[in-house]
Amino acid sequence: MSGAEAVSVETETGAGSVHAAGPVQETGEIFDVTRVGSYLQFTVVAPGVARAFQPGQFVAVAVGGPHTSMLLRRSFALYGVKPGGEFAGTIQFVVAVHGPGTEWLAGQRPGTRLDLVGPLGVPFPIPREAVPAVLVGGGYGTAPLLPLAERLLALGSEVEMIVGAARADRLFGELQAKRLIGKVTVTTDDGSAGQLGRVTDPLPSAIERLGAEIVYACGPMAMLAAVGEVARAHAVPAQVAVEEAMACGIGVCMTCVLPVRGSDGVSRFVRSCVEGPVFEAGRVRWADVGTLPADLHGADGMGR
Amino acid sequence: MADLSTSLGRLRLPNPVLTASGCAAAGKELSQFFDLAEIGGVVTKSIMLRARSGRATPRMAETPSGMLNSIGLQGPGIDSFLAHDLPWLKQTGARAVVSIAGGHTDEYVTLAKRLFNHPVDLIEVNISCPNVENRGQVFACDPIAAGRVISAVRRAAHPNVPVFAKLSPDVTDIGVIARAVTDAGADGISLINTMLGLEIDLDTLRPALAGVTGGLSGPAVRPVALRCVWQVHKSVPHLPLLGMGGIMTGQDALRFLLAGASAVSVGTAVFHDPSAPVRILRELDAELDARGFGSVADAIGFAHKSAEQQAELLGRPVETVPA
Repeated sequence: MSGAEAVSVETETGAGSVHAAGPVQETGEIFDVTRVGSYLQFTVVAPGVARAFQPGQFVAVAVGGPHTSMLLRRSFALYGVKPGGEFAGTIQFVVAVHGPGTEWLAGQRPGTRLDLVGPLGVPFPIPREAVPAVLVGGGYGTAPLLPLAERLLALGSEVEMIVGAARADRLFGELQAKRLIGKVTVTTDDGSAGQLGRVTDPLPSAIERLGAEIVYACGPMAMLAAVGEVARAHAVPAQVAVEEAMACGIGVCMTCVLPVRGSDGVSRFVRSCVEGPVFEAGRVRWADVGTLPADLHGADGMGR
Repeated sequence: MADLSTSLGRLRLPNPVLTASGCAAAGKELSQFFDLAEIGGVVTKSIMLRARSGRATPRMAETPSGMLNSIGLQGPGIDSFLAHDLPWLKQTGARAVVSIAGGHTDEYVTLAKRLFNHPVDLIEVNISCPNVENRGQVFACDPIAAGRVISAVRRAAHPNVPVFAKLSPDVTDIGVIARAVTDAGADGISLINTMLGLEIDLDTLRPALAGVTGGLSGPAVRPVALRCVWQVHKSVPHLPLLGMGGIMTGQDALRFLLAGASAVSVGTAVFHDPSAPVRILRELDAELDARGFGSVADAIGFAHKSAEQQAELLGRPVETVPA
């Protein structure tokens, strides 16, 4: 079995190679469910997923119980991962209820056993040495940035975080972020918390103040595109994690593709589950998401 | 423990559980979860002559006990497949069933010729993908067109490699299509491909898939698939069938064998449970044992027999299995 595969990642701040161990499928017991704003934070005992975790990776959770009519797994970004020690390893993920699958999850209590596959996906590339970094989270997209911030701080990097949402109850992780790094700016679209506006409003000054050499982000597609644009204007690379609908999470179904420009200049539909969810923002053709651009590799083979 | 070996034409398999085309890529991803050589075989995603981007997103919609997909046969093209995917798959020790798809007969023939000198265990001819340009006019809906493609591929392919025709359930009489491809020289039939379906997104008030319609798969189609296997087995009883459509458990797999399939493909179940093929194989083994079947061969088409014939073959009346 091909357990481990080397995943090579590059950033402008230095090329590195992350050796990500392969995903495992395991049954994990829910240890705790806590309401956080309009979200639910799940803590699940999952030593296999916890063992190989890198920030940016996600877990695919089967929903609906043994005879479910919902066949597709739901994918959640991982954070709060505690590798095994005295106690078995645990993972955390945050659930926003917006359909029957997440509704089912929201009804589960500690003790329920979940069928998990993870950790999945390419993690955030970590610079080899300390570099100033700005992290931008939209809604529950803040979750995967928390372990990333920890990793960057451990390297000695100066880190600032911008956390935004449509309104106060849609914010996630701002307290944890404050505890972790202190410098956190909160924005809401309606001004119900922090400053009124978008995460991209305070981003330019944060980049300038810090002399940031990299921007990381996770959140809705439009936010990631906007963050990428601000970073580009400042000539800073942006590594962003997308939240794209996936059917399998493991790279076999081909449903979660995005148009992405490769290092060879050729654009392709790439799977956000195994070739992402983390992409360099400038490589993703945000404006073309949901279309079939004529210059995409293989578009001429579609018989149009 | 029952003898699990089976045959698809001249191809002998150690057991009757394979992956399904389009649900296992070319095996690599699933090899993280189980040993590919352990199952009957890996059926690759349909490969075409040229690289294909596939359709725009959204490409998928979950539906009750199933899903719709409209991928549009995204793939690297035959050259890349032969250079990278097939050699990798074969070095795992897996049996490689290569699915091919094309826009016209010539394309299928070229693909079969390209595969001639490569280690292919079986060719599954996808003449029924609903996500191609001429939707609803796929080859598998027309007995003459279906027969033309299959006879051309049979002539072009290596004589030792079985050629299976993959049929669509979206036809008036699947037995007619089955006889047409049999007359054209098919060594067997794979069935069913997905059924054409539609979902409407209530946020956008428009079709949920960018491609508008998509192929329905999963347990929602299982009774349709089982009916098709039943009818085709009646229509061409001597021909080996590779049955598929919503198989989630060993019991489901057994139903397909009893209806006349010599082996089964596990497709959408993999999205739910990446180790489904090996789990289903284990479960099938236990289900055969529980009913006193000494072999897979004994179970194939068993549901077509009269109660008297069944009792004679089993050496006792068929009983319900104690719960």
